[in-house]
Amino acid sequence: MKILYFASLREALGCGGEEVALPAGVADIAGLMAFLAARDEKSQVLRTRRNLRYAVNQEMARLDTPVADGDEVAFFPPVTGG
Amino acid sequence: MVVRVQEADFEVGAELAALRRDDPQIGALTAFVGLVREMNEGAGVSEMTLEHYPGMTERELEAIVGEARRRWAVLDALVIHRVGRLLPTDQIVLVAVVGVHRGETFAACQFIIDTLKTRAPFWKREVTPAGGRWVDARAADDQAAERWQE
Repeated sequence: MKILYFASLREALGCGGEEVALPAGVADIAGLMAFLAARDEKSQVLRTRRNLRYAVNQEMARLDTPVADGDEVAFFPPVTGG
Repeated sequence: MVVRVQEADFEVGAELAALRRDDPQIGALTAFVGLVREMNEGAGVSEMTLEHYPGMTERELEAIVGEARRRWAVLDALVIHRVGRLLPTDQIVLVAVVGVHRGETFAACQFIIDTLKTRAPFWKREVTPAGGRWVDARAADDQAAERWQE
């Protein structure tokens, strides 16, 4: 699956996105975030950053939104356009 | 409905004329233009850069305009939002709504900009004398959007 990071989160992680094989046992955003955050020191920001927002296939999602292989999942801070 | 995300500046007069198309049904046009301010959170801003999520941004803007058109009897609406590097006094966003009467066009225009500010995936990074910083989401913007919830 394709993972995207934006704005301050992209800077903190040092990358705008990555390809990840859906890990066994991961079924929703909460599970995916926990998996991604546990990989190394830098990725901890996915667990420690407050108010993160997420989207699955370009639609706003919640922690219990299901994720599947082939999905595009994005993580980002609260939006500040307009 | 027109939704555009672009680096280029826009000409408000030309955009409004295109939205009206000399349609004689239209009795009201409400437009909002957002601009880059020289001050934010007590610091001088020399420039800002707007980042967005290509694809999702357009979808979200179309969904917001679609919601506005379902809620209010308006005839058409337009959203243009710039991305990239911007300087104080630059135009950031244009929201315009046309309809038969002003009550609906004012409400729909305000709904669109209030909702855009909390839902459309744009992020501002500004440069101040202390360096670059990502702009924090404002509680006042959340409250402005919440009051439109049905």
